[in-house]
Amino acid sequence: MAQPAPKRRRLEKVAINMTPMIDVVFQLMIFFMLTLNIIAPEGDFDIRMPLSKSAGPPTDDLQLPPIRVRLTADPAGGLQTLTMNGEPVAGFDDLQRRVAGIVEAAVVSGGDAEDVELELDCDEQLDYAYVVQAITAVSGRVEDGRVIEMIKKISFAPATADAE
Amino acid sequence: MAGRTGGPATVEFDMTPMIDVTFQLITFFMFVLNFSEAEQDERIQLPASQLAKPAEGVVETPITMQLTADGGVLYAGEILPVNQIGRSLEQEREIIVAAGKDPALATVIVRADGRARTGDVQQVIRICQEQGFERFALRALYKPE
Repeated sequence: MAQPAPKRRRLEKVAINMTPMIDVVFQLMIFFMLTLNIIAPEGDFDIRMPLSKSAGPPTDDLQLPPIRVRLTADPAGGLQTLTMNGEPVAGFDDLQRRVAGIVEAAVVSGGDAEDVELELDCDEQLDYAYVVQAITAVSGRVEDGRVIEMIKKISFAPATADAE
Repeated sequence: MAGRTGGPATVEFDMTPMIDVTFQLITFFMFVLNFSEAEQDERIQLPASQLAKPAEGVVETPITMQLTADGGVLYAGEILPVNQIGRSLEQEREIIVAAGKDPALATVIVRADGRARTGDVQQVIRICQEQGFERFALRALYKPE
């Protein structure tokens, strides 16, 4: 009745039970798949705006007067008119061209493009997306896949009493 | 190879390639997963811009202010009206001062919905300025044309 002993020991195989390991591995995989959220790339427009800046006139006499861009809104929050230094502007592309001209003129006259300042004056009820469009138009342009920076000093006009 | 001795015939299949692939997948998901971007919130749809440049390096002492389309500020997991964020910002400022840092060097990241009112965004900025914050980063979705 006795079992015959295995004749050739080297043929013996140690069978590892893989099931728990595969279980754990699948659990891990499902965890990572569920917690994954595809992140859309985001970027920033850096704005330096101390409180005193918006309260008073520029302290430096040599400073160029800031370009004033005004955006008015219709009651629904859409963009109604766009003006730059009081002149009507056809759109954000037109605004970009005009600002590029001013920056180039500043460089030609020996100034520094970084000294050009721009102040955004927006209606309270305007959708914020238009503000970002305006900032995009004035802060740079893309030519042949390269970004050419234009205005870096952007600020918001201080809120006026009649804007409320 | 040597033939088998008797006994019931077992079908053996090689698990190694499957486990290889599975480990590859796990490694992939571990790398792609990014916990540091947990501040993103699906309630806010950022406006898109082709010039929004990704932050270079780590922003020093960031404070994130998220503004929803209907004018609420999403801060520390709850939605507050815009005019009530002053107290929270005061606490932030005290924490920054207690840590020996200058609030003027801290960056307030403004993640505002594209449909939010500009007046609300400006009010958030104004309240931050009153607390001594000067650096702002207006966040937008990077979308090349």
